[in-house]
Amino acid sequence: MLYALKIATRYLTASKAQTALLVLGVAVGVFIFIFMSALIGGLAEFILSRTAGDISHVTIEAEDTTPALLLTLPGTVLLVQETATETAKLREATSFVPLIEALPEVKAVSPQITGAGFLRRGTQVQQMTIVGLEPGRESAILDLDGYLVAGDARLRSGAVLLGRALVQDMGLVLGQTVQLQSSNGVTAALTLTGIYQIGSGGGPDRRMAYVSLATARTLFAMPQGVSRIEIKLFDLYAADAVTLRVEGLTGLPAKSWTEDGAQLLEALKAQAQTGYFLKTFAMITIIIGVASALLLSTYRRRPEIGIMRAMGASRLFVVGVFVTQGALIGVMGGLFGAGIGYLALLPFPTRDAFRSGTLPMDITQGSYGLAITLTVIGAILASILPARAAARVDPVTAIGQ
Amino acid sequence: MTAAPLLTVTDLVKTFGEGDTATRVLRGLNLTLAKGEMAALLGPSGSGKSTLLTILGTLMQPTSGAHQMLGVDLTTATDAALTQFRNRHIGFVFQFHNLLPDFTALENVIFPTAIREGRETAAARTRGADLLTRMGLAERINFPSANLSGGQKQRVAVARALMNAPELVLADEPTGNLDRASALQVMELIAQINRDEGTTFLISTHDEKIAATCQRQIVVGDGLVTG
Repeated sequence: MLYALKIATRYLTASKAQTALLVLGVAVGVFIFIFMSALIGGLAEFILSRTAGDISHVTIEAEDTTPALLLTLPGTVLLVQETATETAKLREATSFVPLIEALPEVKAVSPQITGAGFLRRGTQVQQMTIVGLEPGRESAILDLDGYLVAGDARLRSGAVLLGRALVQDMGLVLGQTVQLQSSNGVTAALTLTGIYQIGSGGGPDRRMAYVSLATARTLFAMPQGVSRIEIKLFDLYAADAVTLRVEGLTGLPAKSWTEDGAQLLEALKAQAQTGYFLKTFAMITIIIGVASALLLSTYRRRPEIGIMRAMGASRLFVVGVFVTQGALIGVMGGLFGAGIGYLALLPFPTRDAFRSGTLPMDITQGSYGLAITLTVIGAILASILPARAAARVDPVTAIGQ
Repeated sequence: MTAAPLLTVTDLVKTFGEGDTATRVLRGLNLTLAKGEMAALLGPSGSGKSTLLTILGTLMQPTSGAHQMLGVDLTTATDAALTQFRNRHIGFVFQFHNLLPDFTALENVIFPTAIREGRETAAARTRGADLLTRMGLAERINFPSANLSGGQKQRVAVARALMNAPELVLADEPTGNLDRASALQVMELIAQINRDEGTTFLISTHDEKIAATCQRQIVVGDGLVTG
């Protein structure tokens, strides 16, 4: 096939302009493929980082410590108001943290004490959810560091982090002391050491107060244990499997994020399918382009094919010449398209720097190798029809042309 | 002493088309060519000369009849076997030289060997260059074939036909497209190779003077050898 390669190369270099146009056409297809891969992948990454990326993928949560047995008499209606006056505890859960951390799928573990409370400043009172985090693990689940707009995310004893919207509503400033009262009735004077803003600054910014685990122990009168353990995974799609492993490992009830995130998963799958369609169309365009160009070449070179056959070239050899041309076009177009695709994606921010308002293109998800491989395979497949047509050329008729 | 036959065709029939439109070009033609012979194939247009050459060159199968060369029955051989046979034992020279335009003179000459070997070997390059030198084209070895004159192209075509040292060279009006001087030059080269290497030539021509340079004249008329 070495000689077929030489002839194929010569044919391509003999018509430089035609070959350049053909390679450019293939490269555009590859560029679209890569661009769509980076966009769909980046978009999924962006959506996930803004949704499931900031939530616990597997959560161990204490069951209600006082489950109530409600009996109603016939003809009566019982109204129950749910209160959170008592924080449920996982007494021995902290001892499982190292075990969970040792699992290869686990990226981070965050033992937490959570509960309801109130934030007071003078006469102003705001109902809050208080989250106690272990110092050093502040950004283990929610990227508090990334969302911080002022101050420090480090949760020292006596420090509190509040959302920007709430700080503005209550007229607070960094370093100011606020009163945080838990549902247990314990009040602590805390210093505002950091202000965060999540997204456009809606709900969570007005609702969540982050304190150290030690502060939370005081507020909720919980000298030991935690109320929940949040686990973040490297691959959030592995959550269901890891949930079962964690349950088996700890004997504690665990919950996967997919139980509440089924719709998000469905949307992401639909988005991925849209990407597959677009990439398939790009590939079909490449195949049609290569096939039509090579068919034209076959027709133009009929007399030469006739001479080759008369000189003793087998049909297989002729097929080899045209399939090799297709492969070369695929390789050149694939590499060129991948190159310009990569260069075009360079100016976009990296996945870690995605911000609202920017196109979430992920240069690492360009599927360059896949694009080149599929293009070469596609170009080879596209060349089979013209190659077979060339092999069927009758030398007597072709030489007489 | 009679030379051993190189090829024999017996009762060769070739019909194109079917039914009312069928045209019988060869009508039971018989011919034997001896090894080392240089024969001219004469006859008016439509007499069947080109069809006969095409069949002898294994580019086409006869409708009926026997065709043997070097003891091989070529009427029953497969397409792949005929292709291989053609590459090893038969050379072609066409009226319009039919070189590969994107290749140099040398690349055109060594083409039949490169196909057989799967690559261009050094030995093939040496033989190709020698043949071109014998054809008086030493200065044009690496010239693009498209830039050669008509006479030069035809000499390259003769060199290509000889590259695999075939037993038989079939030439279809090899001088038909050349001026008188170039035509005689090409014929002189063919005659020299025939003498030196004993290659058998069958040359189709309309030109009586060209035919006269051959040892034997075979006249075809109405699909039969008539003289």
